[in-house]
Amino acid sequence: MSLSLTGVGRQLFLKEFVSAFLLAMKYFFAPKVTLNYPHEKGMLSPRFRGEHALRRYPNGEERCIACKLCEAICPAQAITIEAGPRRNDGTRRTTRYDIDMTKCIYCGFCQEACPVDAIVEGPNFEYAVETREELMFDKAKLLDNGDRWEREIARNLALDAPYR
Amino acid sequence: MPKLKIDGIEIEVENGTTLLQACEVAGKEVPRFCYHERLSVAGNCRMCLIEVKGGPPKPQASCAMSVNDLRPGPNGEAPEIFTNTPMVKKAREGVMEFLLINHPLDCPICDQAGECDLQDQSMAYGSDHNRFYENKRAVEDKYLGPLVKTAMNRCIQCTRCVRFTTEVAGIEELGATGRGEDMEITTYLSKAISSELQGNIIDLCPVGALTSKPYEFKARPWELRKTETIDVMDAVGSNIRVDARGREVMRILPRTNEEVNEEWISDKTRFVWDGLRTQRLDQPYVRDLGKLRPASWDEALSRAAAKLKAAAPERVGILLGDLVAAEEAFALKELALKMRIANIDCRQDGTPLGEHGGRSGYIFNSGIAAIEEADAIMLIGCNPRLEAPVLNARIKKRANKGGCLIGVVGEQADLTYTYTYLGAGPESLAAFLDHPPANKQKPMFIIGQGALARPDGAALLAMAQKAAVSLGVIKDGWNGFNILHTAAGRVGALDVCALPGEGGKNTTAMLQGELDVMILAGADEIDMSKLGKTFVIYIGSHGDAGAARADVVLPGAAYTEKSATYVNTEGRPQMAVRAAFPPGDAREDWAIIASLAKQAGADLGFTSLAALRAAMYKVAPQLLLLDQRVVADAFALDELQRGAGEAFKSPFVSPVKDFYFTNPIARASAIMAECSALKNAQKLQAAE
Repeated sequence: MSLSLTGVGRQLFLKEFVSAFLLAMKYFFAPKVTLNYPHEKGMLSPRFRGEHALRRYPNGEERCIACKLCEAICPAQAITIEAGPRRNDGTRRTTRYDIDMTKCIYCGFCQEACPVDAIVEGPNFEYAVETREELMFDKAKLLDNGDRWEREIARNLALDAPYR
Repeated sequence: MPKLKIDGIEIEVENGTTLLQACEVAGKEVPRFCYHERLSVAGNCRMCLIEVKGGPPKPQASCAMSVNDLRPGPNGEAPEIFTNTPMVKKAREGVMEFLLINHPLDCPICDQAGECDLQDQSMAYGSDHNRFYENKRAVEDKYLGPLVKTAMNRCIQCTRCVRFTTEVAGIEELGATGRGEDMEITTYLSKAISSELQGNIIDLCPVGALTSKPYEFKARPWELRKTETIDVMDAVGSNIRVDARGREVMRILPRTNEEVNEEWISDKTRFVWDGLRTQRLDQPYVRDLGKLRPASWDEALSRAAAKLKAAAPERVGILLGDLVAAEEAFALKELALKMRIANIDCRQDGTPLGEHGGRSGYIFNSGIAAIEEADAIMLIGCNPRLEAPVLNARIKKRANKGGCLIGVVGEQADLTYTYTYLGAGPESLAAFLDHPPANKQKPMFIIGQGALARPDGAALLAMAQKAAVSLGVIKDGWNGFNILHTAAGRVGALDVCALPGEGGKNTTAMLQGELDVMILAGADEIDMSKLGKTFVIYIGSHGDAGAARADVVLPGAAYTEKSATYVNTEGRPQMAVRAAFPPGDAREDWAIIASLAKQAGADLGFTSLAALRAAMYKVAPQLLLLDQRVVADAFALDELQRGAGEAFKSPFVSPVKDFYFTNPIARASAIMAECSALKNAQKLQAAE
């Protein structure tokens, strides 16, 4: 066994201890990366695909025209649509628009397929429910989502528009 | 036989072939909108442009140019045409761009989307960008009645609908006004189209300008389950495709069968689907204290079987309706045999068919396609326009070609073609009894149920046969003695001999004599008040007259809900396929009959449909030859004379009073009711 001078010096002056302590102190004073989740929220991309919503035109008219392209493209077959002429003016409308959120895989194909930007995946991801049934979204629920999130959805669409 | 070269492939075609047809022979696809094989050539869409070598230095419309117009090369080489050159590609792109100038971009709300010729062809042959930023043309939508919805902005003026209504349907109610961009398809007077074949313009329209009103926005073509099956609304046995989504039939479309319906179907065939959902019997019922109440299968069957067992066989009757398939008729016939019931009849309208004359005595002997060869046609007691619209279109096609004499004995109705009126009743037919042979190669009689469904039907059938022989309608190598049925199940039931046995009663006798028990298998067209106190067991799919009178109701399956053999009027067995399941507790009819027989203590000898069919083919081997017209022996026709008797003087009346209400399914349909109401209103208006 041979003693080297540098080894003795390292041990004598607690070099490992000091460098580890300094590193710990660096992170101790650095800003935190964790979030205090329900009170603080992270940044979301405008392209974030969250809870679905059916949008309306500014005059209150529902956008969906029951073309069934979202139903056709849905890889999880989560969307069910029934259509018919609307009673007052005979235009093509859905009589039923259901999304089974337990099937949905949030791929975003539905909003890509929609020719009138009616079905969108909004920024909301906080819709945990207590029963499975509550995840079977019907048309009223989806339109309600649309009304509630319209400002955020419109802003996200506007932000993403230049890249489309 | 001119020869030509298409894209380097040399072929030989018949004289008079168009270049478009020649390209199809060579396997080259040519896009088109206005051209249709069964309509005259219009040549106005310009989509079928091709390049002709040695011709004028411009693209040619291939649908309107004959191969005989081509010039051979300088050294006598075969003329050459091209479908894949840059010139053709550019021409197609240009035509497509012009077509799309005024075509709205409303595919997402258009019912045609997914099966649209314009959509497909603009993907395949169109340009990828748009140079037109001005306003599009706007056209007011037209009213064409309750069946056809219009969106005239989408019209590309191919005029297929105009040509169809004029040439095939034979009504001149649709036409075009204006020219160029201002051309509009219109009925001129905003009046509903009066044809029974109008639904076909929906299929013909290459874009979404004419769509089905009852089917409006209901489903997309890609979500439908398609089943190829057979129609039962008339005895033609049109080939259809039933499109269903889930449990529900969403629409009915024609299939091409050159021998039967070409590619047309009648409105009743096409739009009857809503009748398959309404008025359905979805559970068994039994009558207690004068009222029907829902019951279990066990209860209903045991009550029916107890009555059957208790009654003496000669006091039990079995009556088969119009929509009964051959399998069910056979099962009932077996039931009757096993229980010694002689009173069984499949002719609820009371015709004498099937008693004498063998098979040729009750079928359309020459076949429907032979109408196109006939050079003289006599319609006896029938109005084919109401009884079989598709067959009428075939006669119209023959009449259009010219050189065919058409005579009518019976009602003087608008048949869409001109005919010679020969008289109203039997005495006019009697004038031909000793007529010298007509100077015709292929004369034809079409005898309707109007001449047969009357007490003197047997005498009239004998009279018609005699006249047919003297006129040369029945001769060596040609049998033009044709019976036109109105019921889809009739020929099949006659084929399995569902006729009164030894000493058995026929329909008329059954309805007079007080029977103890009566089984009605979908028989709804009889006068129920004549049944008196009879215990009625009704097997059927719809709550119609029979179910209302019944004491036990056993719910069956409609024609789209079972695998069944239907034999059309020309004796062609065709297999219907299940497209959807029967509603609720309803079962397939043959299974109901088998369970009823089992409960009543009769062993039919089959427990599966396959075993039933095997037994049936032993009795009627001709049913095994599916989709083939089984020709019957003409010699047996002389036997018809055995039924001869005195004919009455009363004129022939068509059995079809209301085209839209001829069977329980049609009577349950709201669309048919709307059409019928409109027709009656039109009649009233015409009378004023």
